[in-house]
Amino acid sequence: MLNDIFIKPFVDMFSAPDFLLQVLWEGLVSGILYALIALGFVLIFRSSRIFNFAQGIMVVFAALTLVGLHAMGVPAWICVLLTLAVMFGLAVTIERVVLRPLVGQPDIILFMATIGITLFLIGLGEIIFGGENKVMITEELGIPTDSVVLEPWGGLLILEQKDITAVIVAALLVVALLAFLNKTRMGRAIRALGDDHQAALSVGISLQQIWVLVWFIAGIIALVTGIAWGARAGVSFALEVIAYKALPVLMLGGLESITGAIVGGLMIGMLEKLFEIYWGQPLLGGNTETWFAFVLALIVLLFRPQGLFGERIIERV
Amino acid sequence: MLYRTAGQFKTSYQADQALFPVRQDAFLLAVILAFAWVIFPLMASEFAYQTLLIPILIYSLAALGLNILTGYAGQLSLGTAAFMGVGAYACYKLVTLMPWLNPVVAILFSGVFSAGVGVAFGIPSLRIKGFYLAIATLAAQFFLVWLFEKWGWLYNYNASGAIQVPNLEMFGVYVAGPQASSVTQYYVVLAIVTLMTLLCINLTRGNLGRTWKATRDMDIAAELIGINLMRSKLTAFAVSSYVVGVAGALFVFMWRGAAEPNLFDIPLSFRILFIAIIGGLGSVLGNYLGAILIVGLPVVLNTLPEALGIPISSATVEHLNIMIVGSLIIFFLIIEPHGLARLWALIREKLIIWPFPH
Repeated sequence: MLNDIFIKPFVDMFSAPDFLLQVLWEGLVSGILYALIALGFVLIFRSSRIFNFAQGIMVVFAALTLVGLHAMGVPAWICVLLTLAVMFGLAVTIERVVLRPLVGQPDIILFMATIGITLFLIGLGEIIFGGENKVMITEELGIPTDSVVLEPWGGLLILEQKDITAVIVAALLVVALLAFLNKTRMGRAIRALGDDHQAALSVGISLQQIWVLVWFIAGIIALVTGIAWGARAGVSFALEVIAYKALPVLMLGGLESITGAIVGGLMIGMLEKLFEIYWGQPLLGGNTETWFAFVLALIVLLFRPQGLFGERIIERV
Repeated sequence: MLYRTAGQFKTSYQADQALFPVRQDAFLLAVILAFAWVIFPLMASEFAYQTLLIPILIYSLAALGLNILTGYAGQLSLGTAAFMGVGAYACYKLVTLMPWLNPVVAILFSGVFSAGVGVAFGIPSLRIKGFYLAIATLAAQFFLVWLFEKWGWLYNYNASGAIQVPNLEMFGVYVAGPQASSVTQYYVVLAIVTLMTLLCINLTRGNLGRTWKATRDMDIAAELIGINLMRSKLTAFAVSSYVVGVAGALFVFMWRGAAEPNLFDIPLSFRILFIAIIGGLGSVLGNYLGAILIVGLPVVLNTLPEALGIPISSATVEHLNIMIVGSLIIFFLIIEPHGLARLWALIREKLIIWPFPH
């Protein structure tokens, strides 16, 4: 038993390093996607203290809109622009209808409101686009679909080009986002709002504008995530479950930290794959991916209650 | 006019602290109880039992359990459904291992198991707070549902992986299983829910309830005035999980008749959280109002198009339902973030001084 837990998995890893690399790569790709969703959460949480549960359904909604528009005969790149317009419309509507009347309410109320948004979007998406699984328009968007075969140490390592594209696009997106937040006027306004609402308001930063902007950026991230994940697994409401995966990523990385979201996402993506392949399937009957990330995050939190990169929690009476 | 508190003088502290210091409240409650115990069973159809009466009671009980944890002790939990599952599976194991056991005793005892599991998953709450804790309770949610699926012993190694409620007898009458009649099940549920409600009201009014409220309002301050936070938080987890576990056992044994692991998945948790929040956090009455709304609404929405003669396919109706429930949640949060119970409190205040505005 102890042998199965402590020795055999590592022997397996080193006897077949190419397979280990393959597992790590798969984990990395899903980790990137978790990180992207977590990024959407973090942006909204930082600027408004809203725990946005709707980020997962926004991913589904963006992907469905894209595919649905293309099915109506619109050229692929115009579809992307139109979807962005839809996400902007969604951001404005959410800010006007839901957030504005709820400014200043306790966190849990705003959290529930985003679950309300989630339910609404699920219903709306099902009515407009139908519930069946759809194929993402990967080729039409110019994403290569071949795979690269490497042979490290005489083994076999298969990298799908669309996964490589996803990794590159995600990296570019993160760099662009960091540049936007750190170098532009708007980005500074977002960070100011995150630091102190009232101080930001008193120097003339518009809460409403920034909220629309932040939700729109979250929408853009959702679209990118939707394309990348849809290319791997198709577009359906099952995608929504990956939103739950972003939650332990947030815990691990800290709710306020962009770095935390990325590092946490990659860590969880790779570790859960490793655990599933080397411990979960042989010892526990498999499918451990549903809870492993949560338990890992829980254990980390017991030692660092604010997550790995979160702001230090200072409490006063 | 009808709702005057003037003239009802209290001459002792005991009278002042009574459960219903206002005579009209006690009268109103008596009317409601009369309806629940006598009039509904005389009038209700099979459909009403199965879609409204029994589920509303069970959901209210589950929401009451959650409300103790979230509304009174301030610990946000998203794992309610998993604790219901623990109650249901524990009850299933109890009645299959010990068929001679009285089913009501089994149901009440199964809550003990979920209380134990609840305390185990409540331990992180001593260090983690707020949303971090909420996500930590999701760990319980996903882990326990996975366990229900993988641990064959829990469902007696059924081929289907689901638990099936056997016929259970109490004093010569079937109370659970395919042969039980809805009326008996309704009475069993009603009796347990009434009992639990009374218990919870008194717990939240007492010493324990006051320490919970102090913990909720500011835990550091509570600690400074000498409240043992560990005791306060863990008892909240224990009591809450006990009530939720009993609700889970009722959910399967008195209503669904069978259960698969994914029945206890996260949508059920959210449903109960909705009930607690729309009803009003930190209120006992609110759970019932919330359950009536959340359980009753889809039933009304399902029968409405047919009654009006609008031809819509049932799938569209279901999706419209989800949309409408989502928007109503937002609507109720906007008009009264403190829930339906607060709305009733406001109405009550207006009634006392009616017809004068001040």
